Amino acid sequence: MHISEGILSGPVLGAGAVLTMAGCAMGLRHLESDKIARTGIMSACFFVASLIHVPIGPSSVHLLFNGAVGLILGWAAFPALLVALILQAVFFQFGGITTLGINTFIMAFPAVIGYILFRALVRRRAGWALPAAFFTGAFSVFLSGVLAALALMFTEDKFINVAGLVIGAHVPVMLIEGIMTVFLVAFLKRVQPDMLPSEGPSSR
Amino acid sequence: MVREEFSIGDSVLHHLDPRVKVPAAAAFSTVVALSTRWSAMEVALGAALTLVAFARLPLGALFRRLFVVNGFIALFWAVLPVSISGTPWMHVGPLSLSVEGMALAGRMTLKSNGIILAFIALVATSSVGRLGAAMNRLKMPEKLTHLLLLTYRYLFVIQEEYERLKRAAVVRGFRPKTNLHTYRTYAYMVAILFVRAAARAERVQHAMVCRGFAGRFHALEEAPLTGKDWIGALALGGMVMGVAFMEWGAWVCS
Repeated sequence: MHISEGILSGPVLGAGAVLTMAGCAMGLRHLESDKIARTGIMSACFFVASLIHVPIGPSSVHLLFNGAVGLILGWAAFPALLVALILQAVFFQFGGITTLGINTFIMAFPAVIGYILFRALVRRRAGWALPAAFFTGAFSVFLSGVLAALALMFTEDKFINVAGLVIGAHVPVMLIEGIMTVFLVAFLKRVQPDMLPSEGPSSR
Repeated sequence: MVREEFSIGDSVLHHLDPRVKVPAAAAFSTVVALSTRWSAMEVALGAALTLVAFARLPLGALFRRLFVVNGFIALFWAVLPVSISGTPWMHVGPLSLSVEGMALAGRMTLKSNGIILAFIALVATSSVGRLGAAMNRLKMPEKLTHLLLLTYRYLFVIQEEYERLKRAAVVRGFRPKTNLHTYRTYAYMVAILFVRAAARAERVQHAMVCRGFAGRFHALEEAPLTGKDWIGALALGGMVMGVAFMEWGAWVCS
């Protein structure tokens, strides 16, 4: 969910920009130059994955995958998602310059929180890892919805109903993302376990 | 799926250097986003429409974009007139639509469309390759511009790979429905995309090092800003000042 231009208030936009800058500074500091190609190509992957529409009943939703972004990239999720959002703005005009900060924060902060909370469990054996994967996927989408709702509420108290709709719209996506993150992690554990978080807090 | 349909063209704005256009778009968006007066928003929308006219954009594509963006705004139109109490404007069944709610939704529509139109005319008229080079010259963090350029470079490769995987699945009888099998299939497709992307990243990294990559991308076009660019910068600067004056002029003059 991207919040369009021209809706949020100055303080909310400013706070989003500052928080995203801090997150990116953190992400880029950990990103050695030999990891840039990897992060860039991963970021392209997430961009493509976010274009997938999965059917749900008569409608379809598109996926965020920010839980998976967090698990695979750690703090580098901030710059990677910032870049993906810049490209979305240029290609599709979803979001723009003033909302770049807040929209990146809405996506990337839950990714990093999911990474910090669940990385230890995800590298354990399947009995632990798969439920953890579900929570990573579902929780990061939920947190994104809550952050988007908060951004609206801080702009204008009267947006409470819209904010409620935004969170409500995230609930089905939450479940699907949780399920898909389980399959994704199960697949990676079998095929390429070194893509999932390894020992230690270092960014990958 | 992904096409840069606005970046191809031969208008004044297509030829203007992105080092002028990007800061101008940023300044314009910020001023409009902060504006609260109708007069400022109207001037901003007018200015944005003028830019679109100068950029001679394909109108069909433009309307498709605006349609999607206004989908989000429609949410506010659906909710605000009913939920904000105030002077009733008209009654629809048991609900009354308030003037205040309509005004708030209207202001957001004006601002949002003004900013987006200016963004399309100023930023989407450059290819991402040139935008990245411009960001570099505008002293954005170097790693970030590398990341942007690499993501852009491989976006189309990865997208083709995904299309190939999807075609293969469809040929084998995959029909997306609301069930676990569908979600698993999509999840595996994305997972294999990641695995192949990681392998590709390794090869790309080695190839870059072989060609002497040491953390810098060198721009091939090192053209300085021309006279036309400076004129464009002045005109765009004047436009932003005009909108700012409509918003804060009375306050500054008094």
